[in-house]
Amino acid sequence: MRQTVKPSSVHADGVGALDTAALLDLYRRMVLVRRLEEALGKAHAQGQIKGPLHRCDGQEAVGIGVTSVLRREDTVMSTHRGHAHYVGKGVDLRRLVAEIMGKAAGYGRGRAGHMLIGDASCGLLGGNGVVGGSIPIAVGAALAHRNLRTGGVAVAFFGDGAVNSGAFNESLNMAALWSLPAVFVCENNQYALTVHLARHLAHTAIVDRAAGYGIPGEQVDGNDIEAVVAASHRAVARARSGGGPSLLVAETYRRSGFSTSDVGGYQPPGEAAAWPDPLEVTRVRLLERGVAAGDLAPVEADAQAAVDDALRYGIESPPPDPGEALPGA
Amino acid sequence: MRDIRYREAVSEALREEMRRDDRVVLLGEDIGVYGGVFKVTSGFLEEFGDKRVLDTPISEGGIVGCAVGASMLGLRPVVEIMYADFLPLAMDQLVNHAALLPFVYGDQITLPFVVRTQGGAGAGAGAQHSKSLEAWVAHVPRLQVAMPATPADAKGLLKTAVREETPTIVFEHKLLYNTKGPVPDGEHLIPFGAAEIKRPGRDVTVIATSRMVLEALAAAETLAAEGIEAEVVDPRTLRPLDGATILESVSRTHRVLVVYEAWRTGGFGAEIAALIAEEGFDYLDAPIRRLGGRDLPIPYSPALEPHVIPTREAIAGQVRAILS
Repeated sequence: MRQTVKPSSVHADGVGALDTAALLDLYRRMVLVRRLEEALGKAHAQGQIKGPLHRCDGQEAVGIGVTSVLRREDTVMSTHRGHAHYVGKGVDLRRLVAEIMGKAAGYGRGRAGHMLIGDASCGLLGGNGVVGGSIPIAVGAALAHRNLRTGGVAVAFFGDGAVNSGAFNESLNMAALWSLPAVFVCENNQYALTVHLARHLAHTAIVDRAAGYGIPGEQVDGNDIEAVVAASHRAVARARSGGGPSLLVAETYRRSGFSTSDVGGYQPPGEAAAWPDPLEVTRVRLLERGVAAGDLAPVEADAQAAVDDALRYGIESPPPDPGEALPGA
Repeated sequence: MRDIRYREAVSEALREEMRRDDRVVLLGEDIGVYGGVFKVTSGFLEEFGDKRVLDTPISEGGIVGCAVGASMLGLRPVVEIMYADFLPLAMDQLVNHAALLPFVYGDQITLPFVVRTQGGAGAGAGAQHSKSLEAWVAHVPRLQVAMPATPADAKGLLKTAVREETPTIVFEHKLLYNTKGPVPDGEHLIPFGAAEIKRPGRDVTVIATSRMVLEALAAAETLAAEGIEAEVVDPRTLRPLDGATILESVSRTHRVLVVYEAWRTGGFGAEIAALIAEEGFDYLDAPIRRLGGRDLPIPYSPALEPHVIPTREAIAGQVRAILS
């Protein structure tokens, strides 16, 4: 069962460490996402998944870190690269994989595929295949949280590519204007599809955009999950208490291609190796804090077992019946 | 029954629905302090407050996206897009999001929101403020489209739209706001997918939408003096479309003219003509005729604008040609 990381486990200065149990739990979630991405990649190569698949290897600390401070009623708008958001918000792994494999038991009954998965019961308002398209929807969710007094906060995830969309500008302005309970999380993985941010952004410090809307902006090391959690906690607490929206920019790196159709050739040699792997960063930190290597092994094994179970479920699930899944067919 | 203006009918519909259900919120440019550029929402900010009547920035895509997200969580937003010409700015949210998210989420959610907009030529508003773009959205499955021509329909269709669970675009017409007509007292709802025969007749069926209904009725009056009885059918909603009423009318008159203000090529009247050709061919004694707007940007000059919009004279002329 997914637990919310409690404010008590975040240091008051906002940059401090989590307690070890909380950090271990987040490590468990990140490992789960990595094993899931690897397994999905393999299943795609074997023809069990059709269409492009956008993996988030290397970005787990952002999705898992931000969602770890959210409550169930808080809502998330995700992206085309949303598996860490999905897992972090607590979706059912079996139904997730079933959808990615186009099966009847999937969240969308096989209609969606991996980019458009929603689970209203846990506040996942869905992935989105249009860059920038989900941001105004999160503003609407924040408006509903305010008007309906749900006490919830609306989070929008998007990438560095999306900050160049008109939707980004329109959304941040409206949310700031109406002081809505929203958090805008830019997962800056350095590439908009194949184009490096230096080639698509006139000013690469995305966090500076916040000043243009008069809202707080914070840039964090997106590969340091404790930094992500601390910053997310500040932003979510501000939104929840009526302090309005903020922009969080998490610097990270996409370790897989844009999608399974990516043939590469645009990243300088050695670039990926220069970025820390968030899983490794967290693992080393846990060991430094006295967690025994032997205590990490079951975490890894459990993640693999959960992923294996979900993959098996997906493969064995029946495909949707067109007569049922397609009204009027 | 009272005779009220189309503008007042729209306003009544919104006010009644907002009083009935506090989840109904309004979003739009100039709708609050100013009361709307067509004055539909005068006094609403004072009555309902700024949490429910939101003057928005000029951000059509953002506004409609906001309605998508807000309706997902249970609000019932009614968005005003000031001119239908600005709908293209919101097409991503309508076509890539509103129309398909409930479907791909496996029917876990509904999106009960309305976009009110107004289109049409004849006001000298020029090429960017005069178009009829209903076919753009009527093309898309899981969006609903209504086009009220009378004050009664404007009220009844909008009230229904607010209560629907499916995103609905209501096209008003700028030249209709000042027209007057009878509107029933009390609760007045019109179901979607129910065409109305606005004038019965035996000789020819004229299917018209929005302001063209009024032009068709005027033409029918002229034709009646010549002994020609035209039946005027108003579909009222394009999606869902009441094909049964259209076909039933054609089965009696055996002749059809389809009239719409939008560009002739690819306009929604083409869909109606295709429906009749496919399902009512055996009823026909003459080829189906279509009268649409000319395939040109809407020109500004009063000397030019009337030449691109179907007129009552042109409608009467087409009917005479069908019967000759």
